[in-house]
Amino acid sequence: MTWVNAVVQGVLLGGLFALFATGLSLAFGIMRFVNLAHGDLAVLAAFLAVSTTAALDVNPFVALLVIVPGFAFGGYVLQRHVFARTMGPDPLPSILVTFGLGVVIQNALLEHYSADSQGLDAGSIETGSVRLTDEIAVGWFPLLTLGVAVAVLVALQLVFSRTRAGRAFRATADDPAVARLMGIDDRRVHARIMAIAFATVAVAGVFLGIRQTFGPADGPAALLFGFEAVVIGGLGSLWGTLVGGMVLGVAQTVGNQVDVQYDVLSGTLYGHLIFLAVLALRPQGLLGRRERA
Amino acid sequence: MSRAAGTTEAAADQDGPAATGTAHRISRRTPESTGGLVGFGLVTLALATLPWWDAEGALQTTLVTILLYLALAQMWNLLAGFAGLISIGQQMFVGVGVYSLLTIAEDWGVDPYLTVLLAGLVAAALSVPVALFAFRLSGGYFAIGTWVIAEVVRLLVSESDSLAGGDVRSLTRASLGGYSRDARDDITYWLALALAVGATAIVVLALRSRLGLALRAVRDSEQGARGLGVDVTRTRLVVWVVAAFWTGAIGAVVLLSSPSARADSAFSVLRWTALVIFVAVIGGVGSTTGPIIGVLVFWAIDEQLADAETWRFIVLGTVAAVMAILAPRGIYGLVHRWRPVQFFPVRRRLVGRGVGER
Repeated sequence: MTWVNAVVQGVLLGGLFALFATGLSLAFGIMRFVNLAHGDLAVLAAFLAVSTTAALDVNPFVALLVIVPGFAFGGYVLQRHVFARTMGPDPLPSILVTFGLGVVIQNALLEHYSADSQGLDAGSIETGSVRLTDEIAVGWFPLLTLGVAVAVLVALQLVFSRTRAGRAFRATADDPAVARLMGIDDRRVHARIMAIAFATVAVAGVFLGIRQTFGPADGPAALLFGFEAVVIGGLGSLWGTLVGGMVLGVAQTVGNQVDVQYDVLSGTLYGHLIFLAVLALRPQGLLGRRERA
Repeated sequence: MSRAAGTTEAAADQDGPAATGTAHRISRRTPESTGGLVGFGLVTLALATLPWWDAEGALQTTLVTILLYLALAQMWNLLAGFAGLISIGQQMFVGVGVYSLLTIAEDWGVDPYLTVLLAGLVAAALSVPVALFAFRLSGGYFAIGTWVIAEVVRLLVSESDSLAGGDVRSLTRASLGGYSRDARDDITYWLALALAVGATAIVVLALRSRLGLALRAVRDSEQGARGLGVDVTRTRLVVWVVAAFWTGAIGAVVLLSSPSARADSAFSVLRWTALVIFVAVIGGVGSTTGPIIGVLVFWAIDEQLADAETWRFIVLGTVAAVMAILAPRGIYGLVHRWRPVQFFPVRRRLVGRGVGER
């Protein structure tokens, strides 16, 4: 039964990974942009939530009302004025700029907040749970995380398929040059996409902060998990991020279970190994289609 | 490779009067490159004799770090600037070098200085299976993919009982006993110098060779290069393995020059990849002189901020990110734009009667 429990918890953990992965997947799918500061931005959001909750004496969920719009605005401005200048056939400039940004964020957090672990207190939802059987209990908070991840994906799906802006997004993803000819301002589309990516990563960061303690150096791990979820699910597939996140989550929780019983390797490592296995056996990802140019 | 490229290569090899049957020939030599090589040789000679004239040894200790960073930056530059392999996983090979030395020299009793070579071989051996996974990704995803694999190796070392990666470990009398303290310091310094000069030489020689032509063809247009018959994957694999070998050897010298190591420090992405990338980017990615300029800037900034590690990362990270946008070819690129100089004879030019000198 402990194994079934591990799988259930892993699926729920997948919701958090999917939240990390959504922004990465979106930026890559629409503009071939890889943001290496993604994880550090999530951790930045968590730290800002710590400061906001302390300053205004509010629940972290209320802090989201300030942080998410702030991040969306930040993403829009950064894309418009900084990232846009690095985009082109050569991936090096964008990698250098986002990697440098990540290192700067990480060390600025270290300088300002010190290396101490921090936590966010969301109240009773953190400890409450529903009993499914005698041995399996599902926490309200992991359930909420998964619900939010699904809601974000559904919302994005609707925006993409039903709205005028979504049509412009898809057109720009398919061919920016032709989209431009049709009167679409691709730079504004890119900025909007980055705003959405930043908003989702802010949500992911605050949820991470409620779930567990965190420190300034946790950004890279968040980036790697999000990236693994994207690749496992399939590059450019929005729902793939949820599947990828769940596979990664189950690998980690079941891996931890193996570790407890046999003391071999940690759960994180099992997550990485699943990623490598997918990369070797099914490089297009679980839901991905075969190579598109 | 295609016949066309081969012909160019053949002409380039006869870099002298033999090729002057026609009015034009291909030359890689420029007045500055002759001066550059002579200068490089003189500085190397001066640095090699440093232990005799720097009695205090203060400069020598600093230079070990600077030279190791130059060597690392040259190797990263070879990967990212010439082969299009933007790796954020080079700390994996540094760490493997550190733990190879701990295992082979400390645990098995092999001479520690001989082991530097073996550490390089272990890293090179590891780099082949790593490539099997990482080469399936490209661009930014290759960068994160190498980072993930470096994490896997770090975790495996941390959790291994026999390597004891979770503990602080150091070389002890058992492996270093045969050498006096002064001799150890001097050998470590010479190894660092040899790795830095060797790394520069590898890049220069690689660029002069057939491989260098293939690399630059791939960098400029992968499809075009394929069309000319360049085996892109094989070309990249060769560079990847060479860089891994050299980075592994650097890792071994990192341990020789520091009192102790832990898996977290030996596999540190910030220390062994981020700083290295910043050095290369500030100096100039895609040029052989760039990393040398970059490491001098790094030295100057580091003197000011040596006590504040976080500020070192903040300052260098900001400078590198700004440079990547405003001056993508670094300080060397700015100099080159103002006056096109070539300090190493790596670029082929057509010279002879009727060819306009640039």
